[in-house]
Amino acid sequence: MRFELNGEQQAFAESLERLLTASDTTTVARAWSDGDTGPGLALWHRLAEQGVHALLVPEDQGGMGAGGVELVTAFEALGRHGVPGPYVESAAYLTTLVSDDDLLERLAAGAVATVSIPPQVPHALDGDAAELAFVVSSRLHRATVGEPVTSVDHTRRLSRVTTGDPLDLEVGPGAAFDVASLATAAQLLGCGERLLDDAVAYVKQRKQFGREIGSYQAIKHRLADVRIALDFARPLVAGAALDLEAPDRARDVSAAKVAASDAAYLASRVALQVHGAIGYTAEFDLSIWLLKVRALVTAWGTPTYHRTRILDSLLKAGA
Amino acid sequence: MDLELSPRELAFQAEARDWLAAHVPAEPLPSMDTPEGWTAHQEWEALLTEGGWSVVSWPKEYHGREASLVEWVIFEEEYYRAGAPGRVSQNGIFLLAPIIFGHGTKEQQDRFLPSMASGERIWAQAWSEPEAGSDLASLRSTARRDDARGGWVLNGQKTWSSRASFAHWGFGLFRSDPEAERHRGLTYFLFPLDADGITMRPIAQLDGEPGFAEIFFEGVFVPDADVLGEPGDGWRVAMSTAGNERGLSLRSPGRFCAAADRLVDLYRSVTEDGQFAGHCTSTVGARVVDSWMKAQAYRLYTWGTVTRLAGGGEMGAAGSVNKVFWSELDVALHETGLDLLGAEAEVESTWTDGYIFSLSGPIYAGTNEIQRNIVAERILGLPREPKGARR
Repeated sequence: MRFELNGEQQAFAESLERLLTASDTTTVARAWSDGDTGPGLALWHRLAEQGVHALLVPEDQGGMGAGGVELVTAFEALGRHGVPGPYVESAAYLTTLVSDDDLLERLAAGAVATVSIPPQVPHALDGDAAELAFVVSSRLHRATVGEPVTSVDHTRRLSRVTTGDPLDLEVGPGAAFDVASLATAAQLLGCGERLLDDAVAYVKQRKQFGREIGSYQAIKHRLADVRIALDFARPLVAGAALDLEAPDRARDVSAAKVAASDAAYLASRVALQVHGAIGYTAEFDLSIWLLKVRALVTAWGTPTYHRTRILDSLLKAGA
Repeated sequence: MDLELSPRELAFQAEARDWLAAHVPAEPLPSMDTPEGWTAHQEWEALLTEGGWSVVSWPKEYHGREASLVEWVIFEEEYYRAGAPGRVSQNGIFLLAPIIFGHGTKEQQDRFLPSMASGERIWAQAWSEPEAGSDLASLRSTARRDDARGGWVLNGQKTWSSRASFAHWGFGLFRSDPEAERHRGLTYFLFPLDADGITMRPIAQLDGEPGFAEIFFEGVFVPDADVLGEPGDGWRVAMSTAGNERGLSLRSPGRFCAAADRLVDLYRSVTEDGQFAGHCTSTVGARVVDSWMKAQAYRLYTWGTVTRLAGGGEMGAAGSVNKVFWSELDVALHETGLDLLGAEAEVESTWTDGYIFSLSGPIYAGTNEIQRNIVAERILGLPREPKGARR
């Protein structure tokens, strides 16, 4: 029993953190939302070289053969740094779903792919930047990317898709969607941590009525509640990541997604509130995370969808 | 990263589960804050001790079985899953014992720990005073040196002392150096509650039972042998108790997981009964989910804490994060249960009892407002608020 990252996992987290800290990701995110995907794709390929896209691909198919813990570690870092791009689609959903050697190898090497799975994932993310686009109904289809749809998070460039030819691959309701939900939960956790860090840094230096606003209990208690919510969402994300084949996977992933959404959303509300008007500007970098959280809360299964899954699972278990 | 139990831990779990299944009373015991409930709970502690389960993590010489921290959490999970009674000895075994292990002399350990473990001698805490609640360091009860008799003379008043009406011994802080300010000059004392000069006034708690008492001290003599730690060092000694109370020991995850399971059962039965037919159940269903989810989060969080402590880490201010979370979870869980019961909710039941008990959680062991200050100042590093004028 050792419920914390082991040495190797810790080293992986630290190397990603170093890479992303040095990558000026806020500039990358702003360029991406303006339609300049160049810097974002350059970062995408640097991360692919680090193995982020290959984590869940078996070693004999050109992958890392890593597990859920490494996956959530990577996605938390992507969230913390506000990295744009269809990472959940490519590196979590599709790498779990497909078993075709060629396709897996391309994904592991960093092919930019996107997918729509109506009704939970109605639009394809960043279809204009993607080499590969799919739609999943009862099976996997090629898709054509159509007209753009504007997301509340401008770094999420959504498109409508048209369903094309089916691929010779049956799709169950199983693992891939859960793995994508879990990766989204981890991303939310990272966004929440970033929002809290920025809010704490701000209230330590902003003075009103002659003292730092962070010394007032009205501010302290709200930020403390964010710390508490994130601290108790984290173990649910890690717990669900431990075994992606576990019999209770769907229930545990849903709990992780709900808790991470609640915590990150609370972080976004509190971070904006303690910043005041400066936080309510597009120019201030906080805006990247404020709106990303709002988008991710309903992405890959809304809170209601996931709570319903948990309740159904609990009622079935004890019946 | 893993949550696997070792063969030894699995064997421990099976042994605990079997013993509890064979011994836990079928009917809940009466409230421990009533005379008959008190006796029944003490008898249960004696039975636990006979089975070797009262203080699993303690040394063998004091009725323990030297269980690891992981095994302690396993035992607690099994204990609450089995629906076993509340621990009447909890102030002693969870709050005072760690201090006696950490700061007591061997003589004190030998003298106090065995009867504490067996539930023969029940301990009550004496922290708060009428004018010293959240601001505990402003306490005024005094300890005057008595060299002739080799000890100290206590005077003053303590209040909100849980279970003191029935308990045998008390522990608390007194100001032994009248010149020293606040945290300095305090000493940690142990004293029999029937000592000369002690008057006890029971106070009914919200449920109507005398779960609190006020304790008046008038020239109560305490020998040097019953001072815990060094005279004047009481604050530091006591703060290790506070960490324990807020952190792992007082509210083990098993308690919330078991309560959440009961809540899911209640939801199933009332929805199957058709009580909610034609009603909107999605809101209350979501609250059932949230209670279950938070109990699960608390359980996993605890394994993280156990990992950290086993690796030589300390609880520190994380105990405050913990305390706010479990105390608010406990209230929300019971509120949801009551809402599920509909118009029957007001009728006395395990849900009303649990609800009333849960209401104390955000207050005791340091109010949640104090805990949020600690989280903000010690974990987030926010500046301290200027304190009010000193008396």
